[in-house]
Amino acid sequence: MGGGITLYHFLVLSLIVFGLGMYCVLSRRNAIGILMGVELILNSANINYLAFDFYGGAKGITGAVAYHYDGQIFAIFVIMLAAAEAVIGLAVVLAIYQNFKTIDVSATETLSG
Amino acid sequence: MLQQIIFYALAALTVGSAAFTAFSRNIVHSTFALLGAFMGVVGIYVLLAADFVAMVQLLVYVGGILVVTIFAVMLTQGIADVTVSNREVGVIPALFTSVIGVAVMLYAVVRTQWHQTPVPAAAPTTYAIGNAFLGDYILPFEVASLVLLAALIGAIVISRHEAKE
Repeated sequence: MGGGITLYHFLVLSLIVFGLGMYCVLSRRNAIGILMGVELILNSANINYLAFDFYGGAKGITGAVAYHYDGQIFAIFVIMLAAAEAVIGLAVVLAIYQNFKTIDVSATETLSG
Repeated sequence: MLQQIIFYALAALTVGSAAFTAFSRNIVHSTFALLGAFMGVVGIYVLLAADFVAMVQLLVYVGGILVVTIFAVMLTQGIADVTVSNREVGVIPALFTSVIGVAVMLYAVVRTQWHQTPVPAAAPTTYAIGNAFLGDYILPFEVASLVLLAALIGAIVISRHEAKE
């Protein structure tokens, strides 16, 4: 990339998004808020995958530059698993809401003995 | 120069929206701020020459996950009590843990000499990704469809009403 944007720019960006997602997961009592934090964390992981794919994925073979797409393929798998995780997580949230009439995670402590 | 302006604009959109998602006390506002974060990440993907992944992100995250999240927010909250349901506990420990974790990782990221190759010219990626999915990655591709089927059935089983009479 010509304009002086390096791998480090993308890594720091994804690190900031990860930190915000981690704070969201740790500080929320709302179960849906926790799931949104997990989505932020998965997005930051994907930025890392694509940044390493873009800046380290090319393989120079005798002058010609062949490009490997492994990072992008892993990013697609992460997106697929994020979709499955969101669907299951929100189904669990709805089931909790039906039983407890709240989605405050500190109220659902029946299993904590 | 233009690249830098675009990158910083997208980064500002992403980080600003993510911060609003993390710090807003209103869960509905958090959910809508998540839209900005996802759109900013789509732009970042395009900047990284990943056109196919960017479109997948747009379709799956914005078109799917965000809509399902908004559905869940609307179904579980009375709109009237949205503000009280997002109470935070342990803000100081959460902030402390996050800042410490980010600081350690920032140190590691900045200090490491990453292996970098010459950046390739941007080219369409869909053809190569499709070939990889039906070639080297055929087994994970098939397992992924199984995972999605299991998630589909699991979501139905978990969330349906048990009719007990």
